[in-house]
Parts: sequence; C-alpha cells; structure tokens
Amino acid sequence: MTILQVLQLSKRFGGLQAVDEVSFSLRQGMIKAVIGPNGAGKTTLFNLIAGMLAPTGGEIRFQGRAIQGMRPFRIAGLGIARTFQNIKMFTGMTALENVMVGRHSQSKSGFLASMLHTSGCRSEERAIRVRALELLDFLGIADCADTLATNLAFGQQRAVEMARALAMEPSLLLLDEPAAGLNIYETAEIGRLIVRIRELGITVLLVEHDMSLVMDISDEIVVLSFGQKIAEDIPTVIQQDPEVIKVYLGE
Amino acid sequence: MGKNLVFLPIVAVVIAIQLLTAWTGTIYYLTQLTMSAYYSLLIVGLCVVMGYAGQISIGHAGFFAIGGYLSAALTTRNLIPHADFLLVRLLNSLGCLQAGQDVYGDPLLVFTPWVACIIAILTTLIVAFILGVPVLKLKGHYLAMATLGFGIIIYRIVLASAYFGEADGISGVPGFMLVPGLLVSGDKAWRVPNYYIAWSVLLLAILLLRQLIDSRVGRALRAIHGSPEAAEAMGVDIATYKLKTFMLSAVFSALAGVLLTHYNGGIGPSEASVMKSVRYVAIVAVGGMANLWGALAMGMLLNFLSLRGLFGSYDDAVFGLILITIMLFAPNGILGLQLGRIWQGLPYFLRKKPVTKGVND
Ligand SMILES: Nc1ncnc2c1ncn2[C@@H]1O[C@H](COP(=O)(O)OP(=O)(O)OP(=O)(O)O)[C@@H](O)[C@H]1O
Ligand SMILES: [Mg+2]
Repeated sequence: MTILQVLQLSKRFGGLQAVDEVSFSLRQGMIKAVIGPNGAGKTTLFNLIAGMLAPTGGEIRFQGRAIQGMRPFRIAGLGIARTFQNIKMFTGMTALENVMVGRHSQSKSGFLASMLHTSGCRSEERAIRVRALELLDFLGIADCADTLATNLAFGQQRAVEMARALAMEPSLLLLDEPAAGLNIYETAEIGRLIVRIRELGITVLLVEHDMSLVMDISDEIVVLSFGQKIAEDIPTVIQQDPEVIKVYLGE
Repeated sequence: MGKNLVFLPIVAVVIAIQLLTAWTGTIYYLTQLTMSAYYSLLIVGLCVVMGYAGQISIGHAGFFAIGGYLSAALTTRNLIPHADFLLVRLLNSLGCLQAGQDVYGDPLLVFTPWVACIIAILTTLIVAFILGVPVLKLKGHYLAMATLGFGIIIYRIVLASAYFGEADGISGVPGFMLVPGLLVSGDKAWRVPNYYIAWSVLLLAILLLRQLIDSRVGRALRAIHGSPEAAEAMGVDIATYKLKTFMLSAVFSALAGVLLTHYNGGIGPSEASVMKSVRYVAIVAVGGMANLWGALAMGMLLNFLSLRGLFGSYDDAVFGLILITIMLFAPNGILGLQLGRIWQGLPYFLRKKPVTKGVND
C-alpha cells in the first residue's frame, strides 16, 4: 500500500530551482533514503512534505489525500513527524519536556481544562509523561530526562529529537541526516534504531550522507542532483548506476 | 496539590499586612493595596502574553477601559427614558436591570453589576478576537503596533463620547454584590473585606495561570518560545495558541477594570491612556517576563508606590524610564539579578521535585 506519493513536485527560490519535478512514492513500512550532493534539494523536499514550505508546483499525497500547502501543524496531526538537520531543541525545556511536547497532537486538553486542572487533564498529563519516559528509555537516554535539552551532548540531542518525533505516533517519519556529526559506533546504533522504528510499523523517509548506513538499511534509494531525481532503485542497483557514481559517489 | 503550597507564604503575608495596618491604625493603606491587586490582575495576564506567548501588547489599558467603562456606564446610565423600548422591557423582565435612585433622589433603571460585567467581558472577548485574528497570524511584533492603535482608539472614544463622560469619566458607580455578603465597594465599612476580595481574585487568577503554564497548553506555549518551527512540526497551532492567550489576558484586564471601577466608584480617561499600557508592559518586563511571581511582586510594589504618589508628577516618566532601563541592562527583570535567588529560593524549594518522581516509584 502506498503511504506517500510525491508527484512532479517543484520548489523555486527566485531563480533557483531547488526541487525540480520530483516524483516518487513510499510503500507502507519501508525505509526509503534520499541521497544527493550538498544543495541537491533534500532538505527542501522534506520541508515541502512537512508543510514548512509551499511548493511552486506538483502534488503531495499522504494516505491518498493531497497535503501540499497545508500548514505544518495540520500535517503533523495527520501523522507525519520529522527531525531537523540543524537540531531544533525547545530551549529552556528539559529532555523529558521536549518529548512531552511531541505528545501534543495525541492529546487534547485545552485552555480551560488546563487552567482548571480537570481530572481528565491530569490523567492525560500522567499518560503523556509515562509515554515520554518510555520513549526516552527506548532511545537509551532515560537518565537525561531532567537535563535541559540544550545542555545535552550532540548525539543525545539527536536522540531527543527522535524521541520527540516518535512521541507523535507518526505513520511516516522524516529523518534529515540523523547520523550527521556522529561517530561510527553511534552511526551504527542509529542504523539499528531506524530498523527498530520500522519494526514498529512506521514508514521512514531518510536523508543521509553516510553511504554505508544508507546502503545497509534502505529498501530503496532516490538520488537527487540539482533538484532533479536522477535515479531511484534498490541499493545494489544504485551502487552500480553510472550516473549516480558520476554525480555523487564518484566525486 | 503540593505544588500550590507556594501560595501559603503569600497568603500569610497578605493576612499579616492587613493585621499590621489594623494594629498600627494605618488601615488606609489597604485602599491602595486593593487597587494595586486589581492592577496586578491585569499584569499577570499580560505576563503570560509577553513571557509565554512571546507577544507584546501596548493596548491592555484599552481592555481594562472596556471592562471599567462598560460596567460603569451600564450600571449608572438611566434607562427610564427608554423604558418603553421592547429591548429594555425584555431585559427588565429577565432580571438584567435594577431600580435605584440617583444623587437627586430621582428613580433610576440600570443594569445590574453582574449583567454589566458579563457584557463587558463578552465585548472584550469579541474585540480581542477581532484584533488578534489577523495580527497573530503574522510573524514578528505586529501585535505591538495593532494594540497600540487599538489603545489610542479606545482612549479617544472615551474622551469624545458623552455616554462615557468625556474628560470627566463616569462617577457614582454602585458597588458590585458578587454574592450576598460580598460587596465590591470603596465604602470605608467594606475596606477590609475588599482587600481580601481583591487578593482572592488575584491569587485565584495566578493559580489558574500557573496550572495553565504547567500543562499541555503551557508546554506548547513554551515550545513555541523555544523553537517555533519545531513546535509547529509537533502539531502546535501557533497562531491559535497566541490568539487564545491574548484573549485570555484581555479578559483578565477587563475583569480588573470592572472590579476596580466598582471599587473606586468610577473611572476616568487616564485609565485608558497609552501611558497606562506602557506602564503595564514595563512592570511585566521588570518582573522578568516569563515570571508570574515577578509580575505579582513588581505589580504590587510599583502600583502601590505610584498610588501613594511617590513618583509625583513624574509618574508616567518613571515607568517609561523603568522600561528603557530594564531593556538595556536587565532583560531578565530585576528578579533575574542578584535579588532573584533569595526571593525565588523559597517557593522554588517548595515547588521543585525531580520531574520523574512518582513515575519510577
Ligand atoms: N529558504 C531558502 N531560500 C532560498 N534558497 C534556499 C532556501 N532553502 C534552501 N535554499 C537553496 O536551495 C538549494 C537546496 O537546498 P537544500 O537545503 O534543500 O539542500 P540539501 O540537499 O538539503 O543540502 P545538504 O546536503 O547540504 O543539507 C540550495 O542551493 C539552497 O541554498
Ligand atoms: Mg539538507
């Protein structure tokens, strides 16, 4: 079953065609990677899917529904979670609180219920906390729960971002360079983690420069260059593709 | 409930001050303290807008004025000349009106304070909504501009319209019987109860705001502050959250206006002036922005000093100066400086338990 379909998607910044008529689709439960040299348009593609940018052309269908141009919070509510290439922690909040924010779309206490601390609000709050702690534990950073997120080490912040995204119980998870800045052990760890996330039934779309990681865990790979899709196939075929080798692997 | 222990020392201080004034024969201080408490009600609401929703409003005196002026006008303007109108007859039969006598002993037909209060609050909600919807969708400090314009408009309206008493304002506003036995009124006989009424309203408001901040909604607001993009990616509807916070604080301001007007027995145009709005912003800033206790402490202290006439004819200038000084030298408020640790130490100590406790054990 197709969960995400990107059709002829384009984004132009002034004179720059950052994403150029890109089409591909994701089947439920797969891990798909988007690779390409710096500036190829990978993050822009993510921003389009997550609603942070409006496309200048094309269509994005999530679970059969056109979502292009929707506000990011609505897209999040539909079940698309993301992490950021440049980590965006909620400053002034602990790791646990960061992950608790991730439960936002899964909970509903409003202004009145919150002010009055109704029993519904309190039990929801307990559930949020329990789930957030579970996720910190899942990512192996439970002992950082009460530390200010911005005081954590780089790798731990990455993990908090991941936990925060998982807290949304997404059906599609967009990971923008989850292994950037990590050493080989941490990278291998992230690889195992992504596979475990897929085992939870979550479809993963991944941007990553670390080729061994990408080749290891992806079911399929899309290659972007100057905004255009130049190849899409399974890893073993991509590795052999002469054009890919020319623009990307060979450089 | 343990979290609310922090209110105990404050309640103790409130009671101690009242006993002290009774004991030393300085009960007249309670009048300014009561008034300061109502101004502080506005200020804690504005604190949430500025400190947690990250918006600046230079129009909160306008909301205060909507509350104060509407309740003053509705509870003093005689409806007897219009008694034959269908609407007036309908309101009367619904119990929204009450009979009385004006200063010359002539019969009066006016709105009851409760109905006037509800009308004032609803009007405020509508105005805040109309003002906030277009503005809060924009990024940046457009709210400051829009509310500044709004404040000026309200000021000009009350100055120009006979219904609102022009430059004289409205006097002769009756007391507001909240429940039988609790009258909001400046009458000397009611001075002590009114001190406690004002503080109860104020502390209740702070309790509600604290619970708000300490919940899903408050967490979302803090997240917006921490990283708007990430907050939106987590499903937080930023514009709506800012709008609701703004409307909530507008209601607090209007309520402060309603109660203070009944307490003072009247209201004048200076309450609607832009300088009043600037003063409220200055007090929130000096209290440390995202700090309800700071807003409370500074709201009480500075309003009290101002009402006691300590700043003389430099009153407005003092608050302008405070705002500039804080922005330049102590953007985290005075309580963020050396004083902060001592003053905050106690409530912090009582409040702060490891967050994970109770889940692990
Ligand atoms: N908001 C923006 N305004 C203008 N140009 C932009 C904007 N965002 C990205 N670009 C440009 O679009 C192109 C694609 O950028 P993008 O960040 O999508 O690349 P990327 O594939 O993620 O690169 P990297 O591997 O370095 O992360 C770049 O040339 C970039 O400068
Ligand atoms: Mg990128």
